[in-house]
Amino acid sequence: MAAESETVAEARRQMEICNACRYCEGYCAVFPAMTMRRSFTEGDLTHLANLCHGCKGCYHACQYAPPHAFGINIPATFAELRQESYAKNAWPAPMGRLFERSGTVVSLLAALGVALALILVVALQDPAVLWSAQRGVGAFFRVIPHWLMITLGVVTFGYAILAMAMGARNYCRSTGSPQGGFDPGPATEAAVDIVTMRNLGGGGHGCNDLDEGFSTRRRWLHQALFGGFMLCFAATCTGTLYHYILGWKSPHAFLSLPVQLGFWGGVLMMIGAAGLAHVKVITDPGPVAKKLAGGEFAILALLFLIAATGLLLLAVRHTGAMGAMLAIHLGLVFAFFLVMPYSKMVHGLYRGIALLRHAREKRTAPAPAAAA
Amino acid sequence: MADLTQTFDVLIAGGGNAALCAAITARRAGATVVLAEHAPKSMRGGNSRHTRNVRALHHGPTGVLTDSYLEEEYWDDLRRVTAGKTDEPLARMCIRASEQAPKFLESCGVVFQPSLSGTLSLSRTNAFFLGGGKALVNALYRTAEALGIVILYDTEVQHIEVKDGFATEAIVSHRGFPATIKFKAFVASAGGFQANREWLRKYWGDAADNFQIRGTPYAQGRILKDLLAQGVQEVGDPTQFHAVANDARAPMEDGGLAMRLDCVPFSIVVNRDVERFYDEGEDVWPKRYAIWGRLIAQQPGQVAFAINDSKAQMNYLPPVFAPYKADSIAELAGMIGLDAAKLEKVVADYNAAVQPGTFKAQSLDDCRTEGLAPPKSHWARRIDTPPYYCHPLRPGITFTFLSVKVNEQARVMMADGKPSANMFASGEIMSGNILGQGYLAGFGMAIGTVFGRIAGEQAAKLVRN
Repeated sequence: MAAESETVAEARRQMEICNACRYCEGYCAVFPAMTMRRSFTEGDLTHLANLCHGCKGCYHACQYAPPHAFGINIPATFAELRQESYAKNAWPAPMGRLFERSGTVVSLLAALGVALALILVVALQDPAVLWSAQRGVGAFFRVIPHWLMITLGVVTFGYAILAMAMGARNYCRSTGSPQGGFDPGPATEAAVDIVTMRNLGGGGHGCNDLDEGFSTRRRWLHQALFGGFMLCFAATCTGTLYHYILGWKSPHAFLSLPVQLGFWGGVLMMIGAAGLAHVKVITDPGPVAKKLAGGEFAILALLFLIAATGLLLLAVRHTGAMGAMLAIHLGLVFAFFLVMPYSKMVHGLYRGIALLRHAREKRTAPAPAAAA
Repeated sequence: MADLTQTFDVLIAGGGNAALCAAITARRAGATVVLAEHAPKSMRGGNSRHTRNVRALHHGPTGVLTDSYLEEEYWDDLRRVTAGKTDEPLARMCIRASEQAPKFLESCGVVFQPSLSGTLSLSRTNAFFLGGGKALVNALYRTAEALGIVILYDTEVQHIEVKDGFATEAIVSHRGFPATIKFKAFVASAGGFQANREWLRKYWGDAADNFQIRGTPYAQGRILKDLLAQGVQEVGDPTQFHAVANDARAPMEDGGLAMRLDCVPFSIVVNRDVERFYDEGEDVWPKRYAIWGRLIAQQPGQVAFAINDSKAQMNYLPPVFAPYKADSIAELAGMIGLDAAKLEKVVADYNAAVQPGTFKAQSLDDCRTEGLAPPKSHWARRIDTPPYYCHPLRPGITFTFLSVKVNEQARVMMADGKPSANMFASGEIMSGNILGQGYLAGFGMAIGTVFGRIAGEQAAKLVRN
């Protein structure tokens, strides 16, 4: 067993103060989960850190926040602990080190993805497709051959799914989170928590997105980004179904289902990613883990660019710019899949596991130790 | 930068709940208001930063308050904790007005929550602030700012010029620079003097050095002393305060709520001379927590030791500081510097006196001692299952009760019995009008909110005329 990190020790020190105070019990799931415990193993702390949505309500309400000597700063400490847990559970293990330079890794891989896509097009196809207009059925595949597009997509996305599944398995083992077994009650509750982001609600009126005033801005922006991402995913799935089941080949009309899903998904993703980045810039830096900022901005930028290039592709698809735009868009998408298991994107996975564990614990744990 | 050359309608000295309630009420009534908070912005809010709830009268379930809590019961609770040392008309007026306190605070952006764990089972009588007192303070300041109240941080009101019961101007230290503030009415909401150790020493001698100040270090009592020196009528016993059993290892100032220990009913408590001194199981902790600070303050060295065993560990909230832990009583005594033989005898005598009973942690059970002095009336179980634990205790002072006298309009009374022409007071600085001794959880915030509102209303009314 490796020695505990300073972050783990610091998180434990803070949780032991919080567990004696409990003023924040009305805010989010972290505090009820905390009161189910009297001592905190590294696995417990990792679970609590991943349960934390970083809403900062507890920081602004804290009588022990800096400059108080106790220096309680749960949002920043838990953010760092989450990042450590992503790195520790990454698969294959050596790749976990990428989290230390997540911003650089994401940016480099995105640039490489674009470059590689452009080079492949030039190498495999007639370079002229990069500037000559392509129209009609199969236009996209004259830029990048269908077999290549599918291969790259399946390989990169498949790798992301495999690496994240292995990471999830490592996480559940190392934190003692539930493995296997399905119970519809907790699963439904966790799913509702994920979709509604109840824990970014601060108990109803919102969280401290920017300062000590309450707002639901981050919740809405995250919903836009998440919803937009899922719509784009649905667009890809629909397009695949059209191609293989119905035999309808792309490009599809603007009002067709795949294009509509992709269009609105892209718009929402751009709003969400740009809005979240803006919040990060103007928010009170007190409860923010500064060393994670690079990776967070990089992944938001990548998501924004994927959406933006997707929409641009739609706009220019009948012009000579389509070839280059398609290569750039796909380069970014494939880079995104590869980098996904080693970026902030895994937060959704571990958050989901933490919410599921919490929903289960609530049903089994004894009532919290109460004062007389 | 605020323009301090103008004459404000109302100057509020202080920056906690009582000050903000006065400021917001006066401003809403149309007055120009300046609020001088001694602390920097990050430490603003006085003791309100450490509070959690307000005790409020209610006729039926309202929002977060369950059942009902009526005047007679509230008054009876207060009469009992103060042993009748209170001003009944003023207390009853405060109790009746407390009904409006949660609604008023909600109008200022304060959010309430249902009480959950670790809250002394107060959901019927007390409305809990979501996130606690600092969240309340944040909401009040935001409201004050939005209303255009001039808020001065790092600004200590040092002296009020008083002539014949009429306050003319204030001498302040504003961000380290001397300044004067002119006003038409003055509201004193600057807290008690609990953080002024020198002043405490006047009544407690060296013992005061061992008092932990639970809340803000800015409660120096400067305005209280200044007003009392200028013919304002004094009320309250200067040795009386609200104090609880704190962990002896807590910071000497500003350790806040989490330093309190609620292990007493599930322990025996001895002093430095290894003698028990009070019935640890006299009543449920919410009704006794407020007497233990004073009990410990009266012990030699102002220190006490709560001793229990592994059976008791789950009966109280986890403490911030880990208890001392040993496999024998003698070893435990050695760790905390007590006479081992004496402690073994105290525990043995206690164990021998424990009667059989059914232990119930959450209610008055029948586990008691027989033939022991002082007795332990409830939750008495043998201390016989190692490991053994000790929590060292010191008095944690919340606030002092020595006050300026006020009337029902929150108007400061002069020593000659006449009300001041333009001085008002709210909060801890006048709490001794109602609290002669003892304390009732959440009552400080009720006094602050009720008298803050009255002071603000009356001050605004005065300057409008």
